[in-house]
Amino acid sequence: MRIFRNRPHYDFVSLRRITFAISGILLLISLGSMMVRGLNYGIDFSGGTLIQLRFPEAAPIKEVRKTLTALDYGDLVIQEFGSPEEIMVRVEKQPKDSDEQAKMSKTIVDALNPLAGDKGVEMRRVEFVGPQVGSELRTQGIMAVIYSMIAILAYVAWRFELRFAYGAVLALMHDITITVGFFSIMQKEFTLVVVAALLTVIGYSLNDTIVVYDRIREEMKRLRKHPMTTIINEAVNRTLSRTLVTSLTTILVLCALLLFGGEVIHDFALTLFLGVLIGTYSSIFVASPVVLLLDRSGGKPATPAKKESKEMQGEPSSG
Amino acid sequence: MIRHVATWKPVLIGLVSLTSLLYALPSLIGGVPSWWPGWLPSQVIHRGLDLQGGLHLLKRVETDKALEQTAENLADEIKGALRADRLRYRGIERVDMTTISLKLSEASDLVKIREILKTTVPNLVLTETSSQEWMLQIPPEEQRTIRRFAVDQSIQTIRSRIDQFGVSEPTIQRQGEERILIQLPGLKDPDRAKDIIGRTARLEFKMVDEKGDLAGALSGRVPPGDILLYGETLDRTTGKKTRQPYLLKKRTVLSGDLLTDARVNIDGQFNEPYVSIVFNRQGGRKFAQITGDHVKERMAIVLDNMVYSAPVIQEKIAGGRAQITGNFTPEEAHDLAIVLRAGALPAPIHTLEERTVGPTLGSDSVQQGLMSILIGGALVLAFMVLYYKGFGLLANIAVIVNIIILMAVLASMQATLTLPGIAGVVLLLGMSVDANVLIFERIREELKVGKTPRAAIDHGYSKAFYTIVDANLTTLITAVVLYQFGTGPVRGFAVTLSLGILASMFTAIFMTRVILTMFLGNRRLSALSL
Repeated sequence: MRIFRNRPHYDFVSLRRITFAISGILLLISLGSMMVRGLNYGIDFSGGTLIQLRFPEAAPIKEVRKTLTALDYGDLVIQEFGSPEEIMVRVEKQPKDSDEQAKMSKTIVDALNPLAGDKGVEMRRVEFVGPQVGSELRTQGIMAVIYSMIAILAYVAWRFELRFAYGAVLALMHDITITVGFFSIMQKEFTLVVVAALLTVIGYSLNDTIVVYDRIREEMKRLRKHPMTTIINEAVNRTLSRTLVTSLTTILVLCALLLFGGEVIHDFALTLFLGVLIGTYSSIFVASPVVLLLDRSGGKPATPAKKESKEMQGEPSSG
Repeated sequence: MIRHVATWKPVLIGLVSLTSLLYALPSLIGGVPSWWPGWLPSQVIHRGLDLQGGLHLLKRVETDKALEQTAENLADEIKGALRADRLRYRGIERVDMTTISLKLSEASDLVKIREILKTTVPNLVLTETSSQEWMLQIPPEEQRTIRRFAVDQSIQTIRSRIDQFGVSEPTIQRQGEERILIQLPGLKDPDRAKDIIGRTARLEFKMVDEKGDLAGALSGRVPPGDILLYGETLDRTTGKKTRQPYLLKKRTVLSGDLLTDARVNIDGQFNEPYVSIVFNRQGGRKFAQITGDHVKERMAIVLDNMVYSAPVIQEKIAGGRAQITGNFTPEEAHDLAIVLRAGALPAPIHTLEERTVGPTLGSDSVQQGLMSILIGGALVLAFMVLYYKGFGLLANIAVIVNIIILMAVLASMQATLTLPGIAGVVLLLGMSVDANVLIFERIREELKVGKTPRAAIDHGYSKAFYTIVDANLTTLITAVVLYQFGTGPVRGFAVTLSLGILASMFTAIFMTRVILTMFLGNRRLSALSL
């Protein structure tokens, strides 16, 4: 079985105006949403208490809300979690001292027990993060992303050329911004686990990009006389079925994780799922064209591409 | 052309696979079976807190309070020494965390006082601010020692409390300057454990100020040298709590550090549990003296600033035994005895972070994790066979051996598998075929340009090799960063991912190549099952 009966000859490079436009729009929407709506930080980063409870039967969410509001704990988020029996209660950060907040879980379970009949509610999970730890984790998360970018920039610059490194890092920033943008637009909870997934996406997307770059380097030797556009098109086309097959197998397992992995791992799987899709797109449509944009050897290639590559040099970096 | 495979290659592959299988087996079947010979590896992969349920706590020791307490004790010491020598002074008190002020009068014998200070508190730095007042300060390096000691002692106390409470394989370690990380796997009652860990357990005996004006104190006029504390009684039938105020002398006449033992007993008359405590020799003597001096007065038993009871002393109590009653449930009495035996924390500790996973959620997570591994794995294996036929089968063998090697390494390291770790394994299933996909696609390309099957295989492997190394190394870089940044579960993910990638280089490149060469042997090939 094959995806392409014959070797594909798509002209990816000329599509770049369209794909840059698409990426640009997605980036603008993502950044805009992050500025306007911000991120819905989970308790890992904002501090607070999260309690997951299971009722013997479908949870009476309205009653739960009434009972808990009476406890006067300030802002509460109460929602179904995975199944009708399970609920998640999130209590926002509040000025009381940390020990008071740590005891909160017991108070809440005690208050809800009468609603659950004889069996009582079952405590499934409690997470409490104090404000100090929350801000530490936030800094650590940002630093982790920055450190990995620097490490990658250095490695790719060493193994390839600097313009490849810029392309790879731009593509990664593109992937991360859009994935984080999705969390902002959907106002999905942004947690420690999501950051871990983002770092994994960086690894995956980079893996994809490196495979294409490796091929560009190889084709640069083979097609020395040809313009960069031809070389990049060749490289992307020749690695296309590999890119698609690997994405497909990864997406397959991620689907299994999304559908059967349970609610706790759901956001992790979702982030990876999105990230793999965007990462696959970006290694074809972002990382490689950026190398072309940063190409300074525009004079060398044969006549047909000359006009185009000159035009490219005039353009400022990616849009 | 005749092809040879060096004998060591298949032997190495066989050895690695077999050893890995032996190491992985106990974890795969969920424990060491009874017939398992002793000389075989018996390490298993531990389940993380999120998979077996348990408590994760990050605590901060309020070392400021330990400093304060030290300064307070030093002030008392100076007071005692000056009094013993009948030296005159106007007053002595702690002014901040580390400083004691000594107020002097004209009648003070400065030379003698200086001498006394030098012998009783040689570590303090004396500043003679004026002839009226001297300042004594705990020097910075001494402050650091006190802080460090407070954290060390807290760790010891917490460890002994947890040991007595009975938790298997607890982790208690210092983190940074003044933090303590506590991990207790497989707990049934996390609330009780939390309470036992967090309680300061400062036991103090104070005399009730019988002449003091309790009503006045309640309206805010607490007499100097007194302190207003409360006792709580819970009516078990109505569930109502009543608070009762006590006006006590501030001075602690006896404290819990002189205890040698604390046990739960059951009161024969009311069938109610109480805690009986035994003092050491010094404590017993002190207790006898105090009770002898204060017959017919009330003595309050105060634990962490809560009055448990304030019985009237009937007669001098010799023998150094006392009882703490207080309307306890059996569990409460049991836990109280534990914290009293283990001793008080040198300073209060606060919770910075807490993650509790109930046992049912843990086992649900394991099941769901295994389910997604099985389904995800089956999908990938099926796809590979459909897409690459015989070569797909080859890649599948590599994937399975890859997972077994990964499990074996995790088991031999006695690593902890967490939920994100399982996710890492699932993701690895998808990614570890990548190396083979790269090779197979390359072989197909070479075939297309008209190379013979054998030449295509040779070229496919050699050309894909560097790409695979480059691609995997960059993924490893991010995994290392992830490990550095991550805490607990996230680290588990980074570990499985990077170990898996390393193992995949062995299985996907080396192993498939050897099997392929051996399988094809000297056969004449016209087409490949690809």
